[in-house]
Amino acid sequence: MDSVEHAAQTPDHPQPYAELGLKSDEYQRIRDILGRRPTSSELAMYSVMWSEHCSYKSSKVHLRQFGEKAPESEALLVGIGENAGVVDVGDGWAVTFKVESHNHPSYIEPYQGAATGVGGIVRDILSMGARPLAVMDQLRFGDPSQTDTARVVHGVVAGVGGYGNCLGLPNIGGETVFDPCYQTNPLVNALCVGAMRHEDIHVSSARGAGNLVVLYGALTGGDGIGGVSVLASESFDETGPSKRPAVQVGDPFTEKLLIECTLELLHAGLIEGIQDLGGAGLSCATSEMASNGDGGMHVWLDRVPLRDATLTPEEILMSESQERMCAVVTPDNHDEFMAICAKWGVTATVIGEVTDGDRLTIEWQGRTVVDVPPRTVAHDGPVYHRPFEEPAWLKPRQAVPTQPEHTDPRETLLALLGSANNASKAWVTDQYDRYVRGNTALAQPEDAGVLRIDEESGRGVAIATDCNARFVELDPYAGTQLALAEAYRNVAATGAVPLAVTNCLNFGSPEDPAVMWQFSQAVTGLADACLELKIPVTGGNVSFYNQTGETAIHPTPVVGVLGVFDDVARRTPMAWGPDGELIYLLGQTRPEFGGSAVATLQGILTGMPPTVDLQAERVLAEILVAGSRDGMLTAAHDVADGGVGLALAEMAMRAGIGARTWVPDGVDAFTFLFSESAARAVVVVPRSEELRFTEMCGARRFACERIGVVDSGLGDVLQIGEIELDIAAMRERAGEVLPNHFA
Amino acid sequence: MRWCTRPAARSLSYREGVRIGVVTFPGTLDDIDAARAVKYAGGEAVPLWHADHDLQNVDAVVLPGGFSYGDYLRCGAIARFAPVMQEITDAAEAGMPVLGICNGFQILCEAHLLPGALVRNQSLHFVCRDQGLRVENAATSWTRAFSPRDEIVIPVKNGEGAYTADEQTLDRLEGEGRVVFRYIGGNPNGSRRDIAGITNARGNVVGLMPHPEHAIDALTGPGTDGLNLFTSLLERAGV
Repeated sequence: MDSVEHAAQTPDHPQPYAELGLKSDEYQRIRDILGRRPTSSELAMYSVMWSEHCSYKSSKVHLRQFGEKAPESEALLVGIGENAGVVDVGDGWAVTFKVESHNHPSYIEPYQGAATGVGGIVRDILSMGARPLAVMDQLRFGDPSQTDTARVVHGVVAGVGGYGNCLGLPNIGGETVFDPCYQTNPLVNALCVGAMRHEDIHVSSARGAGNLVVLYGALTGGDGIGGVSVLASESFDETGPSKRPAVQVGDPFTEKLLIECTLELLHAGLIEGIQDLGGAGLSCATSEMASNGDGGMHVWLDRVPLRDATLTPEEILMSESQERMCAVVTPDNHDEFMAICAKWGVTATVIGEVTDGDRLTIEWQGRTVVDVPPRTVAHDGPVYHRPFEEPAWLKPRQAVPTQPEHTDPRETLLALLGSANNASKAWVTDQYDRYVRGNTALAQPEDAGVLRIDEESGRGVAIATDCNARFVELDPYAGTQLALAEAYRNVAATGAVPLAVTNCLNFGSPEDPAVMWQFSQAVTGLADACLELKIPVTGGNVSFYNQTGETAIHPTPVVGVLGVFDDVARRTPMAWGPDGELIYLLGQTRPEFGGSAVATLQGILTGMPPTVDLQAERVLAEILVAGSRDGMLTAAHDVADGGVGLALAEMAMRAGIGARTWVPDGVDAFTFLFSESAARAVVVVPRSEELRFTEMCGARRFACERIGVVDSGLGDVLQIGEIELDIAAMRERAGEVLPNHFA
Repeated sequence: MRWCTRPAARSLSYREGVRIGVVTFPGTLDDIDAARAVKYAGGEAVPLWHADHDLQNVDAVVLPGGFSYGDYLRCGAIARFAPVMQEITDAAEAGMPVLGICNGFQILCEAHLLPGALVRNQSLHFVCRDQGLRVENAATSWTRAFSPRDEIVIPVKNGEGAYTADEQTLDRLEGEGRVVFRYIGGNPNGSRRDIAGITNARGNVVGLMPHPEHAIDALTGPGTDGLNLFTSLLERAGV
C-alpha cells in the first residue's frame, strides 16, 4: 500500500502521472505542495481535480469577466462558483438552474452518456437545496444521413428520455441541431431547473469539528473512473484505445429515491452542508467540502460501501458512480438522518468527520493514504494563460459577402421545412414526458419552456436556450451575443421578464490558439452583452476538446436565459387565432444572410452574422412583456433560424388556422421571408388592442408593421404575398423528416 | 370531430367528504398529479405509503403512474407484492373503487385484478402525446360523469402501454362491455383492438394507460376532460 509514510520514504518511485492526464510541470507542482511525492491516492485525486473539466485551468482567466462585468442585480442570491447559481423570483421563492455538458461520454456510449448527463445536472440542482422541477437538453449531432448519426441519435434520445422520464421530471424544451461539424463530436448538454424557498438554500461546505460526513445513495463501483480526466479532457484520437470504461452507468430509480430522500432530509433540517458526487466523485466531494469549510476533514475510505470489493483506494477516490450524495450531519441528528434514508431504501454510511485541523486526511486499512491541504486539490489548481490568436482563415471568409441565390420563396420555405434543422422535432420530444408534476404551462416547440412554481399565485419561470453555432463560427464575439439575444428574446416572447443567464461553452482543444481565441471572444462577447442587458451570469460549464484530430466543432456557446412570471396564466403561446386578429412584425428586416438557414441550404458559410443591437433587443423584450401583462397579445414567436417565413409557417402549423399575410413595401419577398436580422418577433394582436399596441411601439420608437391577418376563410392555408402553403402539407413535410432518417 | 369538454357534471350532487387514497411506491411519479386531480374534483386526497398495511379508511384508491421500483423487471411486477397491495386487492374484491393509471394499470394487471398485460410499445419508443379517446363504458365507478361515446383528449405517455390479451379474453371484454376507453385518431402504442382502458366485471376497478390527471386544467394540459374520472367518484349514485 502506498501510504504517506511510504511515499516519504520512496521519493524516486516512478508514478504514472502522464497516463492520468497530468503534465510534468503539474506533477512537479504537486510534489512542491506536499514537500514529497504524492501517494498513488493523492495522485489520483489531483489528477482528476486538476483536469480541464474540473479545474477550468484554461478557461478561468477568461471566465473571470462574468464576475468583473456583472451587472448590478438584486435577484442574484448565490453566484458563480457554487454547484449552481440561485436567483430570487419573488414571494420568497428562489430558482436555480444550470446547463452541463456530457459530450464525450455520449459519443462513446450514447445511451448511458446522455442518461448520466441528465442525472448529474439534476444532482447539482438538488445539492443547492432545491426540488428539481424540469429538464431541457441541447443536442447537436452530425449529418443525419450518415449511418453513425443514427446510432448516436437513438442512444442519446433514448438516454435522455429513459433517465428523465423515470425520474419524473418534465422535459420542457431544448434544441436538436444537425451539422457535419458534430459528426464525431456530438454535443449533449443538459439543463435542470429547480426551486426552493429562500430559507432552504444550501451550499457545499463541511463546517463544525466533530460533525459527521455521510455518503448516501448508490454503492460505489468501478464505472466512470477517470471520466473527467482521460475522457472529457482530451480530444478523440482514431487510433487510441477504447474509452468505454470511463463512461458511467445510470440508475434513474435510485436517483428518484435520492431526490425524495434528500428533500425530506433538508426540510427536516438535518443537513449542515451537502454536495453531489459527479465528475471526480469522492475526490471532488471531500476536497471541495473541506476546502469550503472552516476546518479539515478525516475520511475512513474503507467504510465506503462498494459494489465491487476489489476496488483499490485510488479507484474509489476516482470512481464516478452515479446517484451518490455527500452530507455533513451533526452527531445529534445522526439517528434521524439514518431513519429517513432507511424509509426511502437509501444506503447511508458515515465515512468521515469534520476536524479542527486544516488538512484533508484519508485513511485506508489503518494507514494514511492522503494528507493534503484541501484547497490545493479543489480550488488552487493550475491556471493557464494559453496563447490565443485569431485564425488566419477567418478574415478572408468574413470578407466574402453572403449573397444566397434568391430562389423561389415557396420552394425555399418548403425546403427549409424539409431540412433536419428546421423540421418538426416531435420525433425526439414525443419520447419525453412533458406533463409530469402538472406544472408545465408551455413546452416545446414553444419559444421557451414555462413552469408554474407556486400553485396558489401562479408565479413561475420561463427558460430558453439557444446557439446558432454558424454565427459563432463567423464571428465568435457577435455570434455569442446573438445566442444570448435569441434566448433572451424567446423568454420575453412568452411574456416572462428575463432575469439571469447560464451557459455551456462547447469548444475544441484549448491547446489550439485559434480555438482559444474563439473562446476568449465568446466569453468577452457574452460578458459584455449581459452587462448591457443587465442580467447576470449565474453559472456555467466549459467543455473543451470537442475535436477529433485537428478538426474542431464550430464553437458552440449554448446560452440559457431564465425569466420570471408573476402568473404563468398570462403566458403568450406561439399559436395564433382566432379569426380576424392582426399579425404584426416587430423590428427591422435587413438583407442579412450570413450563417442563416437559407445560406446553409445553399452550402454557404461566409460573411458576417446579423448585426447585434442589444438596445433593440431590450426594447423588443419590454414590448413583448408589456403586451403579455396588459393583454395586448394573443400570440408571439421570435424570428430567428429561417426568418419570418419559417416563423409564420410554425405559427400556422401550431394553430392549424390559416392566415393572409403580405410582403411589406420596400423589401423583396426573399429577403423579407428569409433574412435573419435579429431583434425581431411576429406578434398577434386582437383588433380591440391594435391602437394601444401600435401606440406603445411608437412611443418606444420601435419598428412595428402590420403584415397580415388570421383568416380561416382561406381554408387551412397560409398565404404570404403571392404564395400559398397548405398547412396540412407543411405539417406533413416538417413531420416526416426525422422519422425518415431515424424511425 | 367534436371533442367533448363537458365540465364536471353539474347536475349531480356530490357525496360529502369523499376520501381518495393515492398510493406512493418507490419510483411513483404522478402521485402529486393524482392528488391534485382529486382535490380539483372536490375530494380529499389521502397519501398511502407502499410499505403500510393501512388504507386509512379511504373510500377509493388511485394507483398513479411512474416507474415503481424502477420497473427494471416487468412493469408493476414488484409493486403488486407491496404490503399496501394486499389491502387494496382485498378491498377491490369487496367492491371498493380502484383506478390504475399507466403504471397503476400495469400493477392492476400484474395483481390479476384486471385481465391481460401491457407490453412494449409497437414503436419500441416511449411516446408522449395528446391522445383522443372514446368513452365506451360510462357506467363504471370512474366513468359515470361521462356519457357513452363521449370523445375526449388526455395525454398518453408510456413505453410499455400496448394492451394485450388472448383472443378469448378480448372477446369477453368486448362482449361484456368492459372496454372502458378506446384510442381514436391513431393508436399510440399498438394496443390490441385500440384498447386504452378496461374494467373488471363489477365495474369498480378501472385501469387505463392515458393520464386523466394531466388533463384537469387548460393551463397545464390539453384541456379538462380528465377531471370527469375523478368527479365520477363523488357522485351520489353510490359506490
